[in-house]
Amino acid sequence: MKTSRNKPRCGFDCRLNWRALASILGILVFASVSQAAKIGYLTETSWQEQAIEFWTLQQPSVRMAVLGTVLIGLCCGILGSFLVVRKLSLLGDTLSHAVLPGVAAGFLWNASKDPWVIFIGATAAGILGVALVGWIKSTTHLKEDSAMGMVLAGFYGLGITMTTMIQNMAMGNKSGLDKFFFGQASAFNGGDIQLLGIISAITILVLLFFYKEFLTISFDAGFAKGLGMPAQTLHYALMALLAFAVVVSLQAVGVVLVSALLITPAAAAFLLTDRMHWMLLLAALFGMLAGVLGAFISYLSNDLPTGPFIVLGATFIFLLAIYLGPRHGILPKMLRRRRQRKRIALENTLKAVFHLCEHGHFERRVFELKELAQERNTNLKSVEREVENLIKAHMAKVEEKDSHLEMSGQARFRLTSSGWLRACEIVRNHRLWELYLTNAAHYQVDHVHDDAEEIEHLLGEQLVKRLEDRLQNPITDPHGRLIPSREQVTV
Amino acid sequence: MQEAKTQSIAKSSAKSLPPLEIHDLTVAYSKRPVLYGIDLEVPQGSMVGVVGPNGAGKSTLIKAIMGLLPVASGWIKVFGKPFQTSVTRVGYVPQRESVDWDFPVNALDVVLMGRYGRLGPLRRPSKSDKEIAMACLEKVNMHAYAKRQISNLSGGQQQRVFLARALAQESDLYLMDEPFVGVDAATEAAIIEILRELQSQGKTLIVVHHDLTTAPDYFDRILLLNMRVTAFGLTKEVFNFENLQTAYGGRLSILSEVALSRAQKKLEGDTHENISE
Repeated sequence: MKTSRNKPRCGFDCRLNWRALASILGILVFASVSQAAKIGYLTETSWQEQAIEFWTLQQPSVRMAVLGTVLIGLCCGILGSFLVVRKLSLLGDTLSHAVLPGVAAGFLWNASKDPWVIFIGATAAGILGVALVGWIKSTTHLKEDSAMGMVLAGFYGLGITMTTMIQNMAMGNKSGLDKFFFGQASAFNGGDIQLLGIISAITILVLLFFYKEFLTISFDAGFAKGLGMPAQTLHYALMALLAFAVVVSLQAVGVVLVSALLITPAAAAFLLTDRMHWMLLLAALFGMLAGVLGAFISYLSNDLPTGPFIVLGATFIFLLAIYLGPRHGILPKMLRRRRQRKRIALENTLKAVFHLCEHGHFERRVFELKELAQERNTNLKSVEREVENLIKAHMAKVEEKDSHLEMSGQARFRLTSSGWLRACEIVRNHRLWELYLTNAAHYQVDHVHDDAEEIEHLLGEQLVKRLEDRLQNPITDPHGRLIPSREQVTV
Repeated sequence: MQEAKTQSIAKSSAKSLPPLEIHDLTVAYSKRPVLYGIDLEVPQGSMVGVVGPNGAGKSTLIKAIMGLLPVASGWIKVFGKPFQTSVTRVGYVPQRESVDWDFPVNALDVVLMGRYGRLGPLRRPSKSDKEIAMACLEKVNMHAYAKRQISNLSGGQQQRVFLARALAQESDLYLMDEPFVGVDAATEAAIIEILRELQSQGKTLIVVHHDLTTAPDYFDRILLLNMRVTAFGLTKEVFNFENLQTAYGGRLSILSEVALSRAQKKLEGDTHENISE
């Protein structure tokens, strides 16, 4: 039963990449279908004017749309974080699809789009869907993902059937129902914003007051129960909050894309931090940012839909997180590796200089470049570069009387005191490790060199001290060469 | 002052009431009983090893005591009361595989969870809670890793973090589900040291254990379990070949038989020494 422990983080990433791809495909398909899914309705102004108009927030419709999308991003970011850490990402999808029959039923109630009625209908349907998943899981031996997949599609099918029926019925104001499929931030009115504000406030307050409880049940539900926490109640509270958030987000991003809004900002935050409270804050921030970004881009032109751009904004943030994240990001990892390679190259040059000194019984400290090239077994050009790097790191200098010469085979250089110390350290690491392998780990003498070539760059001061103690402050390595003593290294 | 008072009450009641009393307990997974007619009374200050074959219901017993599983019949009392009313007196170490170690918390966060039971709702951990959590990490020699994200810890280190979390609960009864799985010999020795210290403080420990060869060394009492209680009592008295054969249903491997006879000889040797003294 080794489960998550051995699973690499990459599995998680791949799944999300797939999700991002699906979102983009979804937009390509639906953007052409959905009309009027935008905030601005002006036609003859340039995009610069539109941009200014957007950021100055003069238009009430802009203010409404920005406020709406920001609140949605906030709610979804926070609640989605719990889905991501509990490996329940598919549940967001299930919820968002399961609410559709409820939306239709709410619309049928009085043949209008009263936000409160639709909200109640949708929430009820969503919770019913989640409960159904739980019921299937507990009464059959089907696993949760199968149950979610079925409920998701079943409810969605029912929802589409109902909305199609409504649209074919002879009713007055039936427009606006299709926006639940694709989302339309421009349709926010005062009532919607009020509802959104209330849901956001409840979400934040509940999580503020019960943060430690939600943290504990998410990490270790059994332990939480053992502490006397009402784990079941808390779980359902979280599900109810999620249902609320999904339902209020539908208007802006639509059924299909709302799960991306739950998961993408949270996933981006997960890549950037190792602490839950930071993840919640970051996810909320990313959600809000995506909301504004989506609202803004869709405002620029008439044929740009809001919902997909919010999701695209979130996906963009996620891609940045993958690429730039300080710990797990691709770019910083690359830079770290490069820095490491550079350091190892530097240390190898220093070691070669030490060997040159050793060959001359430490009587000569100034060497020509071509001597080093011979020792390193490479050409002059690369040795030039290596010594230049040493000089840059203040570990070597060119002999003064040669300084008028360009770097050439005859150019002579010597190590500075810091360069010398470092060279001694590296050689010392190398020889200590060889000795450790032969004496303590019983390797053959001719097997130890290659291993030491790697380890010499990795040993820290602490470890070296422990090696010395273990080997009782040795003087020579297994090949009979002197190990540069600590005094030599530190003085 | 008030704390001292409640402690003294706790102490006096601990003397009269057994830490754990189980009467005719049956636990079933979808109508198939896993534990059947369990009777058990664990005296205070004992360290009980729960031993039995796979599927014997060892973890189920622990979970049933914690109220994590519905009880089909019978009752469980912890310090004379139902579990729910004495939660703060019970510490718990779940199996290491039961959680997702990629979860965004560090070692100190996890240990701090041990304090949450005492805090109750709406209260945040104070500075002293954090100090206690840190001290518990120090006890398991993990204080240097307090700020490490938990997936960056080795299996043995993760197990020690779980133990530290249970220590932070400052309980009187500890339930531990396989705390020695996947830990190296040094960690195992360190953990057993801590468990003995807890026992010497008068705490009661119930530990699910899978290694028959070490069980008689570690525990002063053994509970042999296979759906029913095969035997329960002082290790010297119940840890013998016949009882184990019954518990394991003749499925003891040759290896464990050999190991067992060695362990038994050692036990007998101990008793001889005691007598000669």
